[in-house]
Parts: sequence; C-alpha cells; structure tokens
Amino acid sequence: MAIKKVRSHISPNEALLFERSSPGKKAYQLPNLDVPAVDPHAALGSQNVRAEIAGFPEVSEVEAIRHFTRLSTWNYAIDHGMYPLGSCTMKYNPRVNELVARIEGLAWAHPYQPESLSQGVMKVMAHLESALLEITGMDAITLQPAAGAHGELTGILLIRALLQQRGNPRKKILIPDSAHGTNPATAAIAGYVVENIRSDEHGLLDLAALERSVTEDVAGLMVTNPNTLGVFESRIIEAAEVLHRKGALLYMDGANMNALVGIARPGDFGVDVMHLNLHKTFSTPHGGGGPGGGPVAVKKHLEPFLPVPRLKRDGDLWAYDYDRPLSIGKVKAFYGNFGVLVRALAYILAHGGNGLRAATMDAVLNANYIRKKLEPFFDLPYTLPNMHEVVFSDDRQARQGVRTGDIAKRLIDYGFHPYTVSFPLIVRGAMMIEPTETEGTLELDLFIDAMISIAKEIETEPEMVKTAPHSTRTSRVDEVKAARKPILKWTSPK
Amino acid sequence: MLEACGVESPEDLFAHLPEAVKLKQPLQLPPGISEYEIVDYFRRRGDENANGYASFLGAGVYAHYRPVLVDTVVARGEFLTSYTPYQAEISQGTLTTIFEFQTMICQLTGMDVANASMYDGSTGLAEAALMAARLTSKGGLLVARSVHPEYQEVLHTYAKNQGMPITDFGYDPETGAADLDDLEHKLNDLTAAVILQSPNFFGVVEDVKRAAGIAHRRGALLVMGFTEAVSLGILEPPQADIVAGELQSFAISPSYGGPYAGIIATREKFARQMPGRLVGETTDTHGNRAFCLTLATREQHIRREKATSNICTNQALIALMATVFMSVYGKQGLRELAEQNLAKAHYLAGKLKRRFSGPFFNEFVVSTGGRSPDEINRALLEKKIIGGLPLGRFYPELSDAMLLCATEMSRRYEMDKLAGIF
Repeated sequence: MAIKKVRSHISPNEALLFERSSPGKKAYQLPNLDVPAVDPHAALGSQNVRAEIAGFPEVSEVEAIRHFTRLSTWNYAIDHGMYPLGSCTMKYNPRVNELVARIEGLAWAHPYQPESLSQGVMKVMAHLESALLEITGMDAITLQPAAGAHGELTGILLIRALLQQRGNPRKKILIPDSAHGTNPATAAIAGYVVENIRSDEHGLLDLAALERSVTEDVAGLMVTNPNTLGVFESRIIEAAEVLHRKGALLYMDGANMNALVGIARPGDFGVDVMHLNLHKTFSTPHGGGGPGGGPVAVKKHLEPFLPVPRLKRDGDLWAYDYDRPLSIGKVKAFYGNFGVLVRALAYILAHGGNGLRAATMDAVLNANYIRKKLEPFFDLPYTLPNMHEVVFSDDRQARQGVRTGDIAKRLIDYGFHPYTVSFPLIVRGAMMIEPTETEGTLELDLFIDAMISIAKEIETEPEMVKTAPHSTRTSRVDEVKAARKPILKWTSPK
Repeated sequence: MLEACGVESPEDLFAHLPEAVKLKQPLQLPPGISEYEIVDYFRRRGDENANGYASFLGAGVYAHYRPVLVDTVVARGEFLTSYTPYQAEISQGTLTTIFEFQTMICQLTGMDVANASMYDGSTGLAEAALMAARLTSKGGLLVARSVHPEYQEVLHTYAKNQGMPITDFGYDPETGAADLDDLEHKLNDLTAAVILQSPNFFGVVEDVKRAAGIAHRRGALLVMGFTEAVSLGILEPPQADIVAGELQSFAISPSYGGPYAGIIATREKFARQMPGRLVGETTDTHGNRAFCLTLATREQHIRREKATSNICTNQALIALMATVFMSVYGKQGLRELAEQNLAKAHYLAGKLKRRFSGPFFNEFVVSTGGRSPDEINRALLEKKIIGGLPLGRFYPELSDAMLLCATEMSRRYEMDKLAGIF
C-alpha cells in the first residue's frame, strides 16, 4: 500500500549542547556597565559566592540557532499535519495570537504596576471573562488557574469551601471510570477520597449507580461532558438533580467543551462548577506540553469562594477586589497565565459567536466522517452517536497480535501523529481519534486511507506493523530501560 | 461529507441531544473580526498600560533583556504546535531540549534531578512542600515570613486541605534575613519542611546552609525557593533538600504575571516522590541515543488518585525559552549578567537609605522616611518612573518601606532621577 503523505528526507544529527560546548565561546552581548563594578565577594560575602557553574554550556550564536533548529526538525507538529490525539484537541494555532501576545504594553506589563497603568490588561481579562460566561452560561469566573488540572483543583476547593460553610465539607468525590487521570488525582490533592462509579453498557453515567452512591458523605461528582468516548451525557440534568437533592455538587471537566460551544451551555444543564482548557477549545498552542490556561466558571452560590483578587468596576476604571472573606485564597501568584488569556481572547474575537458555533459543527462533522469511513475496518464498542471524537477498539486487530500502540506507531510512517492510545480505560485497546474542526477533507481522507491501509497490512504483514515506525530517525524507544536505571541529566564522560 | 455521514445538515448531528440542554438562541457575542482588527484591538489595550515608563519593580517578576534568539526558537511551529512528547519517536526535539533543561537546572542548583517544569514558582513551592510531607511522613510546615507573600498564600491554599498546619517564622528587623533562632524555637518533630527563599522577598541572601542544619536535626527537610533565577549565576548553589523556583528571569516576558515556568529540583534519593514530568535517556532499537518521558508511574495518567501530583499540562514552551536563554548566556554570560545586576542594584542602593543590612543581589528595601511609599511613587510617576512595591500591603510593620529592583536594563540616569525624588 502506497504511503501518500510523506517520503523521507535527510535529518541532521545534533549533539547535546554540553557536547558541542567549548571554553570561551559566547552567544551573548551585554551592554557596557554604566555604573562602577562591584566585587561579589565584598558585596555578598565569600561564602555566598559560587565558583564557576560547572558543566554549563558555552556555544556561539550560530551554533545555538543551529542546535535548536536541528532539534526542532525531530518533532511532529500541527503545522506538519493532522494531530488526531483524542481529548487533546490539537487544532490549528492562529499566528496572529502569537503576535498580539507580544505587543509591548501587554508582554512587558508588570503584575504590580499601578492599576491606573494596567487598565488595558484588566480590560482584556474582563472582556475574556464576559465572553467565557456567555459561552458557558455560568455566573462568575476566575482566570487564575494555570491549566486544566489546576482548574480542577480550584473547582474542587470551591466545592469544599461551600460545603464547609454549610457545616460539613464531606468526604468523597465520585468519578466515572471513563474519567481523565487528573480527576482522581485532583480530588485526592483537595483532601477527598475518590469513589469510582462504573459506566453503563452504553459508556454513559449510570443513573441508578449514581443514585446509590450519592450519600451524605459525597461532596460532588466530576464528570466530563461530552465524556471521553465523545458521547454527550444525555441524562446530565437528571444526574445534577440526584446530586443536588442530596446537597452534593456537579463538577464538569470542560476538556471536551469544543463539542458544545454555541450548541449547549453547562450553565443550562445543572453544572455548578467547571473548568475550561484554553489550550484545547480556544486554540492556545500546546507548546510541547504547555503553557495552558484553566479558567473556572461557577454558578452564583460558589462565587463568594473564588480566588482573590476579583476584577471589579470602580467608576470608569477596573480595579481589584481583595476583600473577599470567603475566598479559597490564591491558587497561583498574580492573576493567571495572562499571555495565554490574550491568545484565547484573540481566538474568540476572530470567530465571533457564529464562528465559534460553526467551529463546533465542523469538529463534530469531521469526527463523524472518520467514524463512518473507519467503522467497516475497526471495532466500535460503544455505538451511541458521537460528537467531536470517536473511540475504536483494537479487538479485531488484536487477533493478529497487533495492538493499538502498534497501529499508532505505524501511523507515524504514514506521516501522521498517532491518536490517543489505550484511553479511555473502559475501552479495550482504545484508539481515540479527534480530528478537530481545522482539518479539511484532503487531510482527513489521507488519514482515513492510512488507517485502512494499516488495517490491511495487519492481515498480511502483522510483524511489520508491530515493529513500526520504520521511517523515523529514531526507531522504537526502550522506555523500560529508561525507567529501570534513570539517566535524568547529562554527565561528562570524563 | 454530509452525505457520507448520512445527514442533510450539520445540525442533524446534534439531533440526539436532549431538547432541554440545547441553546435556543445564538451566542450573544459580536461577529468575528479580521486579523487587522484583532491586532488593532490589542495594540489599543497595550497603549492603555504603562508604556514608556522606567520601572524599578521586582518582587518576583524581573525586567531582564530577552535575547532575540529566544523568540526565534520558540516561534518555530515544530516546538510551538506540538503536544506533550508521549510519542518519543516523533518528539525527540522537545525531549532533547527538556533533557538539556533538566541538566542545566541541576548544574545551576547543585541538585541531582530537576523536573521538566511546574506552572510557576508559587505552585512549585507548594508542590515541593507536599513532596516533603510525603518524604517525611509528617505534615507540619514552617515558612519564613521573608518568602514571597503571594507564594505563602498559595502554600496555604494547597496545604490547608491536606491537614498540613503552617506556622511562620520571622525575619531579623536589622538584617532582613530569616530569623533562624525563631526557626529553631518553633521547629518540632512534626515539622515536615522548613521553607525559605533566597534571595528572599526583601532581596536579602539567606543562610540556607545553617537553616538546613537546623531543619535536619529534627528530621525536617529544607525547601528553598527562589524568584530571581539570575542570582544563581553568582550565588553558591543552595544546600537544600528540595529547590523550588521561578525561571521568569530567564527570557520570559513579565506578561502581567504569566505564563512563567517553575521548577523543582532535588537529590537523587527523593526523585521518585517528585511531581511533574521527567525525561530520561535511553536507546532506540538500533542502539541510538534517544530520550523519553520516564518514571511515569508517579503521574496522574497512570497512578490516578495515588499520583504525586495532579499536574498534566505544564510549561514546556516557557521552559524552552529558559533553555535557549541559558544556552545563549552560557557559563560566562550568566555570571557577567549576574555581576551587572549586582552592580546596578548596589549603585542605586548607595544613593538611598536601605532598611536592612543583609547582603543583597538586585533587590533591596528602602525606608521612605516622612513620606509614604505611595506619595513617593506618585511623584515618580510624574517623571515617567514606576517606583518600588510598597510593602505595607503584605507587611503592616513595613508600611513606610518599599522594595526596589535594578537589573542590567536599569539606566544610570534613570536611577539618578529616581534617587533625586527620595
């Protein structure tokens, strides 16, 4: 089967910085010192002054730029092509967002500069707050959390604070077995015991099981909607009622909010508190693993507990309100990942209300197109209508001894980043595919062709698939060896 | 595509949603705007901030020059638009830079292991405290009042729901350094960690070695935070058990408080209790050197509620900025940069009345005498200068004092102008 998207080209080798370093090389220039030099030993005390920074690199400017440019060519990226990682929402990152985040008055704003000289940045935050409230249908929002998991922690601490004020913070957080790993980890850090609840035969929240589990000990339920199968939790309103009747709260993990924007609002279906991942739904770049942004939106009853400070109007100006006695405090120094907030607002401004809704539609259409085209070749254990992503199982391929991880690696040879492997845990050998709205049919068809081609290869040449990738400069990496005797930094061979 | 999906319009794909959850009207947001209008909108917002002012603010966020190479590298789509490097075969670029980052952080801090980043210095310090609690199986935290006050607030938020009592210990009103006698007095056998920052919030270099000795005698760990990473170019590496710091000074724009990059570094024996991602060296099937994420059994996607932290997305691209910065300056450059900061701050301090006598790097506290800090700052603003941070907001006893900072970007004539107003 022909590989259509790629053929190989030369890939440069590159040593580590420390290996290409030699004494006296420099890539920096400092200004001439316009004040008298100070003897560090006299100023700081000799016991406080270090000798050289042993091992620190010394390279020239051209060596530095070549080093990082060569390394960059060893990465796959959205700019290379489709990045179908389910749940990660790897959509195109508009470059104007990078430009505006670097505008001097924004990028060089100091968090302690006077409020009177910070009106522009405060206006940006207030604007983003109001747009996100409209999108989520919630009542109040904090932009402080730095990423999704940080937002989860903030949200669960809000629940704890409210319940504490009502007299009992309670002991447990319920989490469906299809949840992201961050959910249970978050609940534990917030001081709660985690109780898993099993999904029903359709992969949905089991209302009867929920009803049994919600006791006076339960603080809340953390649910992702659409869930990690890409399926909308159709009984979410009933679930919220079950919780609310017992004084518990509904937390929504907004990782999949890109399937709902402009279509449905968590504030309209019983959610008390939720986070958004700006680096997913609102296209801020993943950057190889961050930075992110994890705003947390709440209903009125949780508003008094939001982190300090809160933005408020003071006449014609924006000001900060620190006088919030019920607040959970600060979850991060300063006000949030402001540079990420700028990019998210730029995305919202570019799309407008209708554009955001159109993006949701395209994301769902793309996922359904992939489902229809791949259904004849891969098992689909949960068959309810899906939204922005689709999860297949490797059951059929596993009979030839080829697993989801192998298929993922073979996709690399076809010029694609793998889908999300082995998640959610409720699907055996899960292959979780999320195309996002930014892929057109050309790229989608190439991906579909690649998947079908691999399915056929598995029938005829399973060993070849099991040893993929074959075309990368680095072949399969020995992760077991890395963990057995960890080498976590470079040391000089001498 | 619609035909392939068996629907007539994209709306049909949402037909299965319960009517009650569907949004009945369009989002009340204006229509989309063009690229030019977006740029224009944000330029106008930028113009509403402090443009064209000289600033002497530090307090955890420092104005250092950002070498051009930094944005040149991080603007590359291969770094900017890639995901967390779980698929090692096509992520060697990111993995290699993280391995270099970990190595350089170890070289700077004198630690054995450094993680691939935390959200920022404040959350890094909080996570380091939780880590110390796991390592010692104790819960008490003793925190110096000279730690950045916002970091202390974050520490409280994290610790209070873990049942970890926090006690603070004071600072010497003469030197501005942490009062280690007070520490010794308050330390007990239930203390998991002693938490210190150096240079501290007042800019004063702490005696970390002595503090560590005191902590260890009662079975506690010494956690050292830092907010001014450039100081590591000149200061002795900390004699701590866990170092948790903020790298904003390494070519990361102030950006009104974030995104920044925090780090946690520690000794090898503590590595398995570290939060966050780690990259390790290994080989591929052809025997070539390769890197991959490792020791993932500490992390939430494997261990779920038993993980060392819930952190997932971290600050990879920002850590890359710091990596490029460290490569550009290198061994000699970082030292020279630190010496310039030292010289500028000492020049400025020489013209003013310092509140504390302890050794300082590029920040120091000044007394404002008969006038309030706000009054002085107002006078400075008229000269297009943003003065120091008034300390009364965090330390009522220092309401007649402000924290000033000078860096390699502070010009002599501006410092003279500032001193003239005092």
